[in-house]
Amino acid sequence: MSGDVAQRAARDGTPPPGPVLAVEDLSVGYQLGHSTKTVVRNISFELEPGQVLALVGESGSGKSTIGHAILGLLPANGRLLGGSVRYQGRTISDLPGGQLRELRGRAISLIPQDPTVSLDPVRRVGPQVEDVLRLHTGLDGEARRRRVHELFALVGFDDVERRYRQFPHELSGGMRQRVLIAAAVAAEPDVIVADEPTSGLDATVQAQVLDLIDDLRRRGGTSVVLITHDLGVAADRSDLVGVVRDGRLAELAPTGVFVQNPRDEYSRHLLDNVPSRLSFTRDRGSGTASEDPGPAVEVRHLSKHYGGHTAVDDISFTVARGQTFSIVGESGSGKSTTARILTGLTRATAGRVSLLGTEVGTLDTKAFRPLRRDVQIVFQNPYASFDPRFDVLSVVEEPLRSFQPAGSARRRRQENRDRVVAALEAASLPASFLHRHPRELSGGQRQRVAIARALVLEPKVVVLDEPISALDVSVQAQILELLVRLQSELGLTYVLISHDLAVVRAISDRVAVMRRGGIVEQGETAQVFESPASPYTAQLLGAIAGRRLAIR
Amino acid sequence: MARYVLKRLAHTVLVLWAAYTLAFILLTALPGNAISNLINNPQNQLTPEDGKLLKAFYGLDHPVVVQYVRALDALLHGNLGYSLSSGAKVADLLGDALPGTLRLTALGFVFGAVIAAGVGVVGSYARWNWLRTLLQSFPALAASVPSFVIGILILYYFSFQLHLIPAVDDGTFLALVGPAVTLGIMVSAPLSQVFSASIAATRRQPFVHVLQARGAGERYIFGRGVLRNSSLPVLTMLGLAVGELIAGSVVTEAVFARNGIGQITLNAVNTQDLPVVQGVVLVATTGYVLVNLVVDVVHPLIDPRIRADILAARPKKTKGSEKGAIPARLGPDEATSPRLPEEVATR
Repeated sequence: MSGDVAQRAARDGTPPPGPVLAVEDLSVGYQLGHSTKTVVRNISFELEPGQVLALVGESGSGKSTIGHAILGLLPANGRLLGGSVRYQGRTISDLPGGQLRELRGRAISLIPQDPTVSLDPVRRVGPQVEDVLRLHTGLDGEARRRRVHELFALVGFDDVERRYRQFPHELSGGMRQRVLIAAAVAAEPDVIVADEPTSGLDATVQAQVLDLIDDLRRRGGTSVVLITHDLGVAADRSDLVGVVRDGRLAELAPTGVFVQNPRDEYSRHLLDNVPSRLSFTRDRGSGTASEDPGPAVEVRHLSKHYGGHTAVDDISFTVARGQTFSIVGESGSGKSTTARILTGLTRATAGRVSLLGTEVGTLDTKAFRPLRRDVQIVFQNPYASFDPRFDVLSVVEEPLRSFQPAGSARRRRQENRDRVVAALEAASLPASFLHRHPRELSGGQRQRVAIARALVLEPKVVVLDEPISALDVSVQAQILELLVRLQSELGLTYVLISHDLAVVRAISDRVAVMRRGGIVEQGETAQVFESPASPYTAQLLGAIAGRRLAIR
Repeated sequence: MARYVLKRLAHTVLVLWAAYTLAFILLTALPGNAISNLINNPQNQLTPEDGKLLKAFYGLDHPVVVQYVRALDALLHGNLGYSLSSGAKVADLLGDALPGTLRLTALGFVFGAVIAAGVGVVGSYARWNWLRTLLQSFPALAASVPSFVIGILILYYFSFQLHLIPAVDDGTFLALVGPAVTLGIMVSAPLSQVFSASIAATRRQPFVHVLQARGAGERYIFGRGVLRNSSLPVLTMLGLAVGELIAGSVVTEAVFARNGIGQITLNAVNTQDLPVVQGVVLVATTGYVLVNLVVDVVHPLIDPRIRADILAARPKKTKGSEKGAIPARLGPDEATSPRLPEEVATR
């Protein structure tokens, strides 16, 4: 195919024959000091017009680097070590900056990873989308504004005039992602690189955003490189799947083939760890229940108001000892506020909360203190809850110390150390981790340290606030396994807060679905998942990515 | 917004009062003043009766609290008191000196801002590595060389060697350039440091990467994104730099032998002329808080997030539903999704 044909075809708007994007033998390295670390090795693939290629892999696998290399936007220390990127038959990986800039945004565009930081905070969103038109078209101001209004309507905004004038902080994450999608399609590109476009979004918003990308692709025949760590999303939304591991393509196959019959061992490993495929058989000590028949947590007509805003609205539920009770809902549904009340971090406005038989709803922080031994919390992002100067020993020991009389630290040093080691062992971490610092640990290891910290006081109830949503798929599975094992060994009661329905289904006994502060529905896990009584629950269940995976 | 400005204004008045009071307490707590020095100097051969008369004349025979209340009362009536050493009205002394100092500090401020902007932008974007490195080391250099050294160097080269600017104040604009540049270099040090760091931090922001992915070049990105974002911390520094300008003008006026607030301060401190020192403190504080008031008002104009905070902090109650972002239309949503049957919701 000659360049002439390609150019004419591009002008006419009809896709030229052959792949729109071809990556051949691509290798990328990062300069670290005097050595070069190769992060992408000999990757090759071709993308036909209108096709979606999903690049899946865990964090650090190099899948995002591939996306950036296609756009020619490697970080300052990144370098193309070999191979080429061809767009409509023309090699673009060796173009000088100016010519490449001309293609970026117009021919190949990007939907970035995190919508909350990908818009300029001090500019209105309309003009930010206009940037693309200003850079790539000769439209005047009025025409650009009209076009942005059209684009905003296209991505599903109704009050486009008002949206145009809003600032990023006035929009939710999902809406910001729509703005970014509007900018990505503004100049009608042939290829869109979507780098984890939905990883920070709620399930229903995620489904909407992915539907939108799908829709735009079908309309314009745009090809998409979808970079994701979520195999469910990849399975539902792509024509081709490429599994990236250590910078190599472990497998490249049509999506149907990949899901049914993965050839590569690592692909199979990834697929087996998808939460929607996990099931844990739990063996609970029946002894604990008979010793003390009272429920571990009892909540009656609990409400919490912030100013004029109602975060939690008259909810009631009971958690039996040794069981896992899950609260699911999207961001802003009040589930985290409920977790904060249960752990005494916030006081309820009205209603009763009883923990292990003690009335706590109205206790202030100080009066709650004795209960802290029995009720612990594990946060979503453990790193943020660690003092960066502490080593693992100090992090895990801290709750112990806070319950010991001041000045006894020296005397208790050995005893505390033994207890910390025991807690680490329970969380499957070796004693050699004692003097490591949180920054040296991986995400999964940090979450294990957080779990050890929660366990060191030997609590009876553990509140898990999105404990695995920041982790890679296979690490998620390990942490879930750990939590389930600890529950059966120690007779723990879990209150799990999550937006991930697959995770909830895998490990909980009972589920409550929250929306706008209220509980929409609660019941046995199987019952809620198989025959939801509320249309909202049904909608949530419908938005779970990975249906194609579950029905293998 | 008007409420916010009024609130800031009230703060300003409070700060002025506090600064005046603090200065009063400190100055009266120090041993001695111009009058007691006069009385206790044996060369003057004053009798104790003369001393009493003098003290009564200046109101120094009253308890400190009475002196304070009187001074404050006079201040509210626009009277800053009288110099203990010359007997002149403090307001007149300051009024004569102020225009010169204002001209100097204003021009120094302009030079400082221009130097800082140049160092920040060129130091971040220059094509040549050596130039970037050179300019990035400027703030540390400018901050560590005392301003009187810079002033003397400028005098030496530009007045005595090259005869480009007059060595003493002859009232021309040219005579102002030397001291203003001296002041400018001094205040540009922290400004350019913050600006450079801020540009670097902003350029690492994901939204800059996204702009690149839209095909924007460095110039476009700087003009539309980086400049505004990275000028926010600089704006805060500008307010603080005024303090340095005022302090620096004392030294600079001394080096360049200019009349102004700096000279008056120097003389007043040497002779322990308390009312004059007090007046200088008041003038300096006023300048400082006024500039910071302007900074506080400009800040929300540049950063919409601060604007939102100000509006949110308004006690006027708005309904919760109005505050939230309005939902978008796509997909099943509040408006289109089937409403929950009551019996399900209450179950």
